[in-house]
Amino acid sequence: MAVKVRIPTPLRKLTNGADEVKADGANIKDVLNDLEKNFPGLKERICEPDGALRRFVNLYLNDEDIRFKDNLATTLKENDELSIIPAIAGGVF
Amino acid sequence: MSVQKLLEAHLRNSSSPVVSRSIVELVGKTPLVRINRITAELPKDVEIYAKLEGYNPGGSVKDRAALRMIEDAEDQGRLTRDKVILDSTSGNTGIAYSWIGAVKGYKVELVVPGNVSEERKKILNAFGAKVVFSSPLEGSDGAIRLAWKIYVEHPDRYCKLDQYNNPSNPQAHYDGTGAEIIAQTEGRVTHFVASIGTGGTIMGTGRRLKEFSKEIKVVAVEPDNAFHGLEGLKHMASSIVPGIYHEDELDEKIPAPTEESYLMAKRLAREEGLLVGQSSGAAMWAALELGKRLQKGVVAVIFPDNGDKYLSTRLWEV
Ligand SMILES: Cc1ncc(COP(=O)(O)O)c(C=O)c1O
Repeated sequence: MAVKVRIPTPLRKLTNGADEVKADGANIKDVLNDLEKNFPGLKERICEPDGALRRFVNLYLNDEDIRFKDNLATTLKENDELSIIPAIAGGVF
Repeated sequence: MSVQKLLEAHLRNSSSPVVSRSIVELVGKTPLVRINRITAELPKDVEIYAKLEGYNPGGSVKDRAALRMIEDAEDQGRLTRDKVILDSTSGNTGIAYSWIGAVKGYKVELVVPGNVSEERKKILNAFGAKVVFSSPLEGSDGAIRLAWKIYVEHPDRYCKLDQYNNPSNPQAHYDGTGAEIIAQTEGRVTHFVASIGTGGTIMGTGRRLKEFSKEIKVVAVEPDNAFHGLEGLKHMASSIVPGIYHEDELDEKIPAPTEESYLMAKRLAREEGLLVGQSSGAAMWAALELGKRLQKGVVAVIFPDNGDKYLSTRLWEV
């Protein structure tokens, strides 16, 4: 399944500046592994060493938090949109 | 004339635009509290004290900066009755503008990244501020850019306080936080540790402490990575650097990892009875790292806010 992944500013140096990239996978876990192949270092920012989503990272599938779906096992459809968002706003207050 | 009529006439004739000064007078003069159990592993002559900024009326250190920026703008004639207070903020400064605006009778408009905690959004709403959300993908820099765009479209409508470039922000800490720490430690302070957002706290307090004694070390704490979970803090190397931030005035910068900072926030709750936010966890983590290197010292560390604004996040789920 080809999906669109939206990249937050602080991770764009890993995607050569791109704010949106394409990735492939049947579910979100596969997509993260595919991303890591093309953009080394991206996965470890999003996931803990054991593969679980880092606590301060939210992934939204078409604007829905994947923690309210099947988390990393959530299956994907062609052209789905995945957004990577830190659970906070870096910067001030 | 009845007492009621006299009172009304008096209020009508009053030249002061301030509704009541009582609550704004409660800004600052926060407690400095010894950290006891977490520091058990440190040499016995190393003391760590936390300045609990959550005791401010709006619940954070940003009350100090916001009040000073508003009152200086009033004095300079930049902020008048017809103006709307405008700024970009990731929450605490916005909360401070909102309640102070409510007290003084100003409208407040804030540009906030869409991913700030739900509690912040609700508090801003409760105080009646107008909130414009910027892209959560762009973080606080996205909010900075959108606020400028709104301002340049209607510069006559707004008073843009611009906390990142406004000298009143560090000045509040020079006059308040710094002087308080000297008094509260009876001049014994040897190290000052604060996390950086705008840098207002570290710059203003640091300057005051250095003036008191050149020997005092000023140590800044920032997220160890551009992509982090420490609300309110800025990773300088990857951000728009605030005009008020001068790195050459710092003695040291300690990078704090998000997960360790969360764990420290949890320890502060369970071992010290202090429910504080993520940036306090980061500051305490760094203060402890610093303390391990010392033989002797009095370390003052800023805890910028309380933890109750983060209950909807996964901060304590370690
Ligand atoms: C929770 C929190 N911690 C720390 C800071 C940093 O304070 P300063 O802007 O004075 O650097 C802020 C705000 O900026 C904040 O909201």
